[in-house]
Amino acid sequence: MFTIGVAHYLVVGAVMFVSGVLCMATKRNALGVLMGIELVLNGANVNFVAFGSRYLQENPNLSLYLDGQAIALFVIVLAAAEAAVALAITLNFYNNHATVDVDRADELKG
Amino acid sequence: MNWHALFFYLYAFMACGFALAVLFTANVVRMALYLILSLGATSGLFYLAGADFVGAMQLMIYVGGTLVLLIFGVMLTAQASFISMKTDRGDWVKSGLVGGALLVVLLSAAFKIPQWLPSSAAAELAQQPLTPTSSPLGVKLLSTYLLPFEIVSVHLLVVLVGAAYLARTKKRKTPSKADQS
Repeated sequence: MFTIGVAHYLVVGAVMFVSGVLCMATKRNALGVLMGIELVLNGANVNFVAFGSRYLQENPNLSLYLDGQAIALFVIVLAAAEAAVALAITLNFYNNHATVDVDRADELKG
Repeated sequence: MNWHALFFYLYAFMACGFALAVLFTANVVRMALYLILSLGATSGLFYLAGADFVGAMQLMIYVGGTLVLLIFGVMLTAQASFISMKTDRGDWVKSGLVGGALLVVLLSAAFKIPQWLPSSAAAELAQQPLTPTSSPLGVKLLSTYLLPFEIVSVHLLVVLVGAAYLARTKKRKTPSKADQS
């Protein structure tokens, strides 16, 4: 209980990931959907850092060490890029339709 | 109870609790605030896992950059009717079923591998002084990960130019017939 292992971090990552997925599924505000995406990416990042940590496993040589952290950095940068484009699309949608309700974006529905 | 475990549980409960708060609040301004707190607590978790550089980047880029961008989005679209949007009960039930199943799978996977369980040897490792990771990480980014690093930098440039192009000011379109129906 009082020694922290990789599994503890995986639990935190799983909770953040699932709340992000549910955010994407249930929010009607486009910005809420974006926040769900950020939560999902962050949950994945927690897992990368946990696998890359040398202080959580019995045999530190089994950890990803810097590889996990480098990939976490790439995820952070990609999340920033994704947020910029998604926000631009959302603002465009708001300018054209005067709403941010994703349920109203149904012009391409067959 | 050692300090490592104490701070881990503090940051873990903050990260998970505020992530759930983002999910369950309907007010988009509060969602942004809870998201900041959740991601800030996550950077604390990164520091505890020995990833000091990634933790600092999480605070600077994520909390200081990406979320400020999101909050700008919230402020630009903040009309009274969009501040809090309720979701149907049926949507909650359906997505709750899917999310619960996903959570069960992820949690069972987390405890299934014996190497990932907490061990006393790892607890002793956690007492050692931290080795800073920024300089080996910089060497790694410019040697092993040189190609992904360059791709991601060009990608970021292209994406920011594209975002500026998409979000440029245009003449406001009058609402079309598809909108009014």
